[in-house]
This record gives sequence, C-alpha cells and structure tokens, in this order.
Amino acid sequence: MSLADPDMTPVPRQIPDRLASPAAKLLKSWESLLLLVAVGVFILNCFASPYFLDAWSLSDATFNFTEKAMIAFAMALLIIAGEIDLSVASIIALCSTAMGLVMQMGGGTGALVFTGLAVGLLCGAFNGVLVTRLGLPSIVVTIGTMSLFRGISYIVLGDGAFRGYPSAFAWFGQGYVFWVITVEMVIFALLAIVFGVVLHKTNFGRQVYAIGNNSTAALFSGIRVGRVKMILFLLTGLMSGLAAVCLTSRLGSTRPSIASGMELEVVTMVVLGGVSILGGSGSIPGVVIAAILMGLVTFGLGLLNVPGIVMSIFIGLMLIGVIAVPRLFKMARGK
Amino acid sequence: MTAILKHREVLLTGVIVALLALIASRFPGFVAPHNLVAVFTDTSPLMILALGQMAVILTRCIDLSVAANLALTGMTVALLNTVAPGLPVAITLVLAIGLGALMGAVNGLLVWKLDIPSIVVTLGTMTIFRGIIFLISDGQWVNAHEMSANFTGFPRIQILGLPVLAWIAILAIAAMGLVMSRTVLGRSIFAAGSNPHAAAYTGIDVGRTQFAAFVISGALAGLTGYLWIARYAVAYVDIAGGFELDVVAACVIGGISIAGGVGTVAGAVLGALFLGVIKNALPVVDVSPFWQLAISGAAILIAVAFNARAGRTKGRVILKSAEHAA
Repeated sequence: MSLADPDMTPVPRQIPDRLASPAAKLLKSWESLLLLVAVGVFILNCFASPYFLDAWSLSDATFNFTEKAMIAFAMALLIIAGEIDLSVASIIALCSTAMGLVMQMGGGTGALVFTGLAVGLLCGAFNGVLVTRLGLPSIVVTIGTMSLFRGISYIVLGDGAFRGYPSAFAWFGQGYVFWVITVEMVIFALLAIVFGVVLHKTNFGRQVYAIGNNSTAALFSGIRVGRVKMILFLLTGLMSGLAAVCLTSRLGSTRPSIASGMELEVVTMVVLGGVSILGGSGSIPGVVIAAILMGLVTFGLGLLNVPGIVMSIFIGLMLIGVIAVPRLFKMARGK
Repeated sequence: MTAILKHREVLLTGVIVALLALIASRFPGFVAPHNLVAVFTDTSPLMILALGQMAVILTRCIDLSVAANLALTGMTVALLNTVAPGLPVAITLVLAIGLGALMGAVNGLLVWKLDIPSIVVTLGTMTIFRGIIFLISDGQWVNAHEMSANFTGFPRIQILGLPVLAWIAILAIAAMGLVMSRTVLGRSIFAAGSNPHAAAYTGIDVGRTQFAAFVISGALAGLTGYLWIARYAVAYVDIAGGFELDVVAACVIGGISIAGGVGTVAGAVLGALFLGVIKNALPVVDVSPFWQLAISGAAILIAVAFNARAGRTKGRVILKSAEHAA
C-alpha cells in the first residue's frame, strides 16, 4: 500500500452518458469469460484423449467437483459476506468419523445421513458462535477448528479406518438417478438453483452483499449482521456435512485424513468463480462454471496421466492467476 | 500498555512452568536438564518459523506456505547433497537461506505489487511448492544413507552442552529481537500493522514492509528446511505437512494479534515452547500422539479468545465488526 492507493485517495466516480446494454454487460462479464475457457478446455480435452468424449467417463468426471461444489456454494456466500471458513475439510473428516461410529452401533442409512448433517451443522454452529458472539476473526477461528475437528477424528480413529457401510448408503455417492445422471449431479444442480435464488433473488441475499461491502453500514441500516453471519456459518457446516455424506458413501470408508486439503480447492473454486476474497461481490453462476471448469481441468490432466500432486500446482497457479492476471492488465492499462 | 503486554508474557511463562511442574510431579525425569535441552532442541524449528511468521502477522498478513517452503528447500539441499556430497555445510546453509528467501520474495511480491490478499497468495504457493517437490524428486524419498555425514551431522554437533540446532534457534531469537526493537525495519513492521494509513503518511511503504516480512519468513523457513532434513535424515514430498498450522498456532498462543501490530519476539518463542512442551509431554504421560492435533487446535481457540478479551478490556476497538471486515 502506498500513498497512491485507491483506498486512501478516493477517485470521484465517473457517471457514463449511457449505461451499457445488458447484453454487452453479460458478454464482458467474468462468467462469460469463464464459460469460454471451460468450452476451450472441453475442446482441448477432446483432442487430448480419445477416452474423454464418452457419456460414462464424463459422468465419472463430475465426481471431481460435485462434492466440493456443494461446499463452495455456501462458502461463496460466506466469502461475499467478508468471512471465510478454512475448516470445511476437517468438518468432513469429523462428520465422516461420526457416521462411522453410528454405523458401528448399527445405525441404518437414515441415521447415518442424519448424523452427517447434524454434526456438520454443529461444527458450523461452533465456528459461528466463536466468530459472531465472541467477535473473533474467522480466519484464526477456522484455522483453530481445522486442527480441532480433524484432531478429534484422529483421536477416535488413530491410524485405523471405518469400513463396511450398509449397501443402501452407497446410493448417495455411487447411485444413478437416470442413465448417466448421478445422484450427486442432481444434488449439485438443485443446490445451484437454491443458492442462486437465495443469493440473487431474496432479501437475505442482498443482506449478504451489504455486509460484505460495509458491515458497519449494514449494521446501521438495520441488518442483523451477527445473525446473517451465523446463518452462513451454519449453512457452510451443513453443506460440509452433506459433502461428507456423499464422499463417505462414494469411498465406502472413513480415514481421519479424508478430504485433507479440500478447503484449498473449495476456496479456489469460489475465487475462480469471480467472488472477491475481500467480500462484497460474486455470483453463484460464476461458482457453478468454475466448479465445472476445475472438474474438466483435473479430469483432462488425469486422462493424460498427470499425477494428483502435479495437478495441485495447476490449482495453486489458477488460484493466484485468476486474481493476478486481471490486476496485471489493470496495471498495464493504468500506465 | 507495555504493562499489559509484559503481563501476558509473564502469564504464558507461568503456564509453561506450571505445566512442567505438573508433569514433573508424576514424571520427575521430564524436567531433568538433559531432557529440557532435548525439548528445547526439538522445539527449535517451530521457534525459528514462529519468529518469521510473527513478522508477517504483525504486518496484517499471514504466511501459510512456510511448511511447504521448508520442505522444498530441504528437498533441494538434500538432492544437492546426493549429487555433491563434499559441499561444505556453510554453502548449504547459505543456499538454503537464499532459496527460502527467494520463495518468500515470490509471496511478498504478489502481496506488495499486485495487492493480492496474503491468505490467497500463500494458500496458492503452498500447493505449488509441494507440487514442485514432487517434480524435482520424482516422488522419491532421499534417505539417510544417501546423505553425507557432515550434512546430517551438523545440527547435532554439541557446543557447550547444546546442539547446533538449539544454538541456531537462540541466534535467530536474538537477531529477531534486535531487528524488531532496534532497526527501522522492525519499527516499520509494527507501524505498518497497527495502522497502515498512518504508516503510509509517515513515509513508510507498507507494501515494501510486508514484502520484507515475507522475505524474513521465507529465509527462516529455508534455514529450517536444511536443519529439519539434516536432523531427521530423510526428505520426502509430504515432510512437515500441516506444520504451518503449528506455526500460526504458536504465534496466536504467544499473543500476536492476527489483526496486526501487536506482538513480541518473546511471545512467539513462548507460544512455540508451550506447544513443544505439550508435544514432548504427551508420550511421557502416555497419551496417544494422535491427541496433539486436537490439543493445538483447542489451544489456538483458547488463546485467540483470550487475546480478544484482553483487547476488549482495553476499550480500544470500538467498531469491532468493521475492524474484522478490514
């Protein structure tokens, strides 16, 4: 930050002679750019591997992003409101461990799903209370709970694992609704619509943006900032619980290291989707396209036999790149 | 103000001493001098990293890439050692510090020049560094027998009853103490963190100060990278995985405010020692090492809640939610 920083020397806003037409605005938006890139990657993948363009392998590829995207929707709202939750992957571990315990006690599929969602909600409530009631910064709180939640999993499981989930439970992560349409895809699509409507078409959504842009102003204009943030933490916990149900069902086992590092991919997905990490802006369609794009990239690289850890280089580069490149362009134009 | 801050370090020292007394009441062997030296030596990497992290957090940033930086530097010098076993340790040290500083500079430049939030930058570089380790090592381990004796032996050399590793930690603490209290850079780090706008108006380039903090953190991570690999005599992709959380935990426990501008060298060191004593005590009191992650998580939460309470009684923060949003 220097004296020429935009924060400190406010530049008067220019009022244009006329507003850009909605169509032109849509064309120039981050979402259309992402879509373009996604289509590009899709076409590249078609050339890169003959096994790519097949309904079944494409259906398999969606597992790369559906679980992460479930969390990413809630995380997008949380980041738009100016908070963050780095504990999501650890919530998955704790939910999955709890489900394993219930399974050992002879719980059926219904009990397992209930446990997963309930523990997720509890974890979200724990984060939310610490952030909103005690006024602690969410980044430290969730770094702490990231260790705590996964730590509890390690205490319960040590270096062991839970196996032997009931076969009916496998439906969530391995089932198909119709032809190649998986259960997870349906959940993903439904959540996309629900979160899209909530964020873009309801009062609650507007409140989320208002808090992210200026939480003090939001407070003084009558928005219950603490309550909205609490709801968002609960939602993130619940979605992590749902992701835990799907992931545990798909893997059919629980280890304490389950989903480790997933928080990074979820945050990357959200930021790639055009949500400002500083809060206040972003959209659900952007996150949806970013999820699909990340799925396509990892699937494409996987078909080319690129090992997972090398893929993570691409994810890290994408995370920094999507923020850095527009800023570099802006700097180049400014000079 | 200073009285309260001092009070905090005294308090933490008291907690650590009480913890030691508690363990000693059951297991007197734990507080034998040679064991305390072992605990201090074992905690040295954490202390060195916490010092760098402290500088970064003071400027309102965070460095989550330290463990990956450590691992990449460690792997690089280990591979170098297999190729050139005769390389003097002094050169290895310089290389490790330089390489670490370079990685810190990458973080710092992205934060300074492009104004990208540090958490995004370092989450990104964390995975990139880990990925690069895989690329350069091909996923292979470098084992003890592939390293030369002077490479692995250096941190263990005893001087005046303490191993070199512990001496380096003491040296790093002393150096950081001097930098933070006696140099322009140290004062700028505090100023940039406690009020960036005021700092900018007094002629401090906040971005450059943050850059400097990242370079310090990176250099210390690089140094620790060599020491770590040499001490454990093994290098692999996931080495020190998740250690960045311990480092942040040490700082938070030591009373370094994540909102920037508040914290001391003594706090960072004591925070690290607190975690170090717990980690070393767990096997002694016969608790499974799997408890450690949960305990350090709980310690972070208690410490940060405690910090917030201490801050509140001072009545300094008026618009709390606005401060956190910033």
